[in-house]
Amino acid sequence: MKNTFSIGGVHPNDSKISADCAIEVLPAPKTVYISMAQHLGGPAKAIVAPGDKVKTGQVIGEPTAFISAYVHSSVSGTVKSVGLRKDLAGIPVIHVEIDVEGDEWMEGIDTSDRLVTEIPQDKSFIIDRIKNNGVVGLGGATFPTNVKLCPPPDKKAEVLILNGAECEPYLTSDYRIMLEKSEQIVIGAALMKKVLGVERTVIGIEENKPKAIEAMKKAVSSLKAVSGDYSGIEVMTLKKKYPQGGEKQLIDAVMHRQVRSMGLPIDVGAVVQNVATSLAVYDAVQKNRPIVDNTVTVTGDCFSRQSNLLVRVGTPVSYIIDYLGGVPEKAVKVVSGGPMMGKAIANLDAATLKGTSSVLFLTEEQTKRKPQSNCIRCGKCADACPMGLEPFLLNKLAKNGMMDELEANAVQDCIECGCCLYSCPANIPLLDVIRLAKGDVIRIIRSRTAPKK
Amino acid sequence: MDKLLVSPSPHIHSRTSTSSLMLDVVIALMPVTIVSVLFYGWPEILVLCVSIVSCVALEYLITRFMLKKKPAVSDFSAVVTGILLALNLPSTTPWWVVFIGAVIAIGVVKMTFGGLGQNLFNPAIAGRVFLLLSFPTYMTNWASTGGFIKATDAVSGSTLLGILKEEGINAVAGTDYLNMLFLNTGGSAGELSAIAVIIGFIYLLARKVIKPYITLSILVTVFVFAGIFWLVNPTEYADPLFHLLTGGILLGSVFMATDYVTSPMSNLGGIIFGIGIGVITMVIRLFGAYPEGVSFAILIMNMTVPLINRFCHQKKYGRA
Amino acid sequence: MTTTIIWTIAIITVLGTVLAVVLFLVAKKFKVEEDPRIDEVEKVMPGANCGGCGFAGCRAFAQSCVEASDLDKNFCPVGGNDVMKKVAAVLGLEVKEKAPMVAVVRCNGTCENRPRVNDYDGVSSCKVKAALYSGDTGCFYGCLGCGDCVSACQFGALSMDPVTGLPVVDEEKCTACGACVKACPKRIIELRNKGPKNRRVFVSCVNMEKGAVARKSCKSACIGCGKCAKVCPFGAITVEHNVAYIDFNKCKLCKKCVAECPTGAIHAVNFPVVKPVMKEEA
Repeated sequence: MKNTFSIGGVHPNDSKISADCAIEVLPAPKTVYISMAQHLGGPAKAIVAPGDKVKTGQVIGEPTAFISAYVHSSVSGTVKSVGLRKDLAGIPVIHVEIDVEGDEWMEGIDTSDRLVTEIPQDKSFIIDRIKNNGVVGLGGATFPTNVKLCPPPDKKAEVLILNGAECEPYLTSDYRIMLEKSEQIVIGAALMKKVLGVERTVIGIEENKPKAIEAMKKAVSSLKAVSGDYSGIEVMTLKKKYPQGGEKQLIDAVMHRQVRSMGLPIDVGAVVQNVATSLAVYDAVQKNRPIVDNTVTVTGDCFSRQSNLLVRVGTPVSYIIDYLGGVPEKAVKVVSGGPMMGKAIANLDAATLKGTSSVLFLTEEQTKRKPQSNCIRCGKCADACPMGLEPFLLNKLAKNGMMDELEANAVQDCIECGCCLYSCPANIPLLDVIRLAKGDVIRIIRSRTAPKK
Repeated sequence: MDKLLVSPSPHIHSRTSTSSLMLDVVIALMPVTIVSVLFYGWPEILVLCVSIVSCVALEYLITRFMLKKKPAVSDFSAVVTGILLALNLPSTTPWWVVFIGAVIAIGVVKMTFGGLGQNLFNPAIAGRVFLLLSFPTYMTNWASTGGFIKATDAVSGSTLLGILKEEGINAVAGTDYLNMLFLNTGGSAGELSAIAVIIGFIYLLARKVIKPYITLSILVTVFVFAGIFWLVNPTEYADPLFHLLTGGILLGSVFMATDYVTSPMSNLGGIIFGIGIGVITMVIRLFGAYPEGVSFAILIMNMTVPLINRFCHQKKYGRA
Repeated sequence: MTTTIIWTIAIITVLGTVLAVVLFLVAKKFKVEEDPRIDEVEKVMPGANCGGCGFAGCRAFAQSCVEASDLDKNFCPVGGNDVMKKVAAVLGLEVKEKAPMVAVVRCNGTCENRPRVNDYDGVSSCKVKAALYSGDTGCFYGCLGCGDCVSACQFGALSMDPVTGLPVVDEEKCTACGACVKACPKRIIELRNKGPKNRRVFVSCVNMEKGAVARKSCKSACIGCGKCAKVCPFGAITVEHNVAYIDFNKCKLCKKCVAECPTGAIHAVNFPVVKPVMKEEA
């Protein structure tokens, strides 16, 4: 029996149509717009001014809070402006606009392809490198990695889980890096393992990616021969079921433990990192190379030029699309991220972020919501919910503003995976309403617990 | 493309819709329907047509002119109600009695609560029970007057359960169970052929339209309940297999008790619901005035659904 | 037969008496001492329980009035000065007269002025929309048009205009309870002085973007040029974050700013219609 999470889940068609497209390097655009809010937590503070010359990999934004991250220039050139610009959702955010001139990298960055396999023994050195090179979680939430790797002293990590599930349909960027950069990912895992001091590291990959499983297994065994730092790393095949790559679901699948409500993975001794993050950790620590580019899948059934591109951070989405021949005629919606949890792009002129994993085109037939009808109480939403919630009930409670009941029925546990809305036969916008209620309830819980601190 | 479409996630949707689910139920009902048409012939076809047409028409007219909403008859839910109602009526039922049944089912039980998804009781069952109480003579004459095929010993007007109630255990002794499995003597559609119902059940399970908990818990309860009495006194009580294969227990447990709207949502709730139906059915069969009690049992348990839903929840992640 | 009836009557009588005594004692013991004036104040309240005063309902408001030493902090926006005078009379307190207020929608992003660049496909709620993205137009600050304010209004004073896509306030029905102000995620609706003869001048825009950007997304946006502030003889207009704001306490309704505004973002309402003076260079 393959490992999987125990409650709920759905089986959308995986549509990995861009799986066989090797990663291509996208030429840098003429101008990049680097957002100062590319991570969870406080936005970075821009430390460059118009007219400044910057090099690739130079720090242009400094963290402003404990949960925040450095932002680096992804190109070399001249800073043209620092100011508000609309992001992918059309919301004004501070961006640094840089005119690209050549591609000169900062000193101290190893840009060669040489594989560095020795693991530094100094934990604080690794953490500093991760922090200074602006590594954030690339699985979607963009939580600063250095913070996640330093759990509070009273909690002990037992297992590091590397998330290679890529359970979202269409996305193939993680798949491609697992094929093409297997060793680097394993080294990244060993680096994080070192920092956390854990014995066991599990790389979880869904069964629909046999080639990636094979490549990662090969990389693990070849690196195990190199040094003892790689012992305890294993590859685990997971069942294909959405949301297998959800943090809480992955912990359930790998460790058979469940994180309690409002808790963190570290409470059950787990730290989960995405494989793309692991690659970024390798680059940051072994090469001193900050996140200046990331792999972006450009795909869609109506799109002819399937691609996995290595894109410089801050490249306008419209530039990527134009490079590949423009928006396909039948597309009505462009999504950044997967079709289940990704965000619809409202502004194609906006620039990519560190965490942008895909540009997905959807046709009207695929994505347009059908007219809503009465709830027939079939319970399909409750069967699908991987958290064991009852979306039909939460929807009703939310509409009536019953906050106490919502909390009692665990709306705050919702992971917004979209399974309920995906499976509802009556097309009721369950998640739209529940997401809002979840925010309200979490605010109430926080305000209640705040004075105690 | 001049304007981008923006919506909250998820951006894709499963193909399952209310109408596809209801259509699956209609397909699952086909074997039973075909068997009853073969057995009862043209009169059964007339009953089916009157029932379906009046259910759909009533739903359309009521939503359109009384509720002043856009009618949603394309979701096939009225068709399902129509077929189920017809399968629960003898082929000898006059057309106007069928129509009254449809009025009760759709007009009173379903639409007064606000239509699909809002009703407390299963419309087809409520319609049938109303007719049973109002027109008992029409409702108990199960004679076949023109079947396309002849069953082994057909034409008797009353059901096996009726005979059991009236004449005692000896009158039904020696019933051939294999015969009952395929083509039984008189009775409602579910009684005719157990196999046809089971085929429908397997189809519904395979298409993931229903979960097995409710159906199985009803059947197991009936089997256990009947078994206990049979073991205590086999000369007075019929054996459990007899109780499973006769009456509306199969049809009721597969198609009517599992109705989404009027059954509990959680698995545990479904099991409690099923046990309740099984127990009430057997109490009525063994001690009640009526030979059969499935309809009453389902109606009674329908009332407890909101309560069951209140106390039985799905197992939640990360909570003991 | 007769004995049965007698027994029944006797038992019922005894039972009734005993229970009456129990009820009487319990009522005495658990009586909540409440100021009788709360009831009196509540009687003069409008009884809409809208929460516009900041209390849970009319009774909570009445209780707070009774407990307060003066009525400066308590004001019933629905009943207005009339009700507050009655409340003051009941309690023997003084009340300061407040100018009547009305809800004002500060967005002029009609379909014509503000071309749509996106289509929305989701639950019809401004709150959901605001959490998701900037809205269907290029303007991040403007009205989202899903009508959260309309559903928040208990008095039926708000309605969506299907032509402009913006909410319209019915001044007769608006009680200035402020429910719509709270419901609007973009904080477009403001409670303003109703003004003499309902005449008001206000800036119908909250766009904080720079002039050129704001203008690009909406023809009628305030571009923060400051011409209105310069022309205002009373210093009622301030320009902050690229958007002008008229202080309704200082504004004397001279309408000089209305003529000066290059984008027509300043609106004057309920003034008598003057014969339109045709300007050639406009």
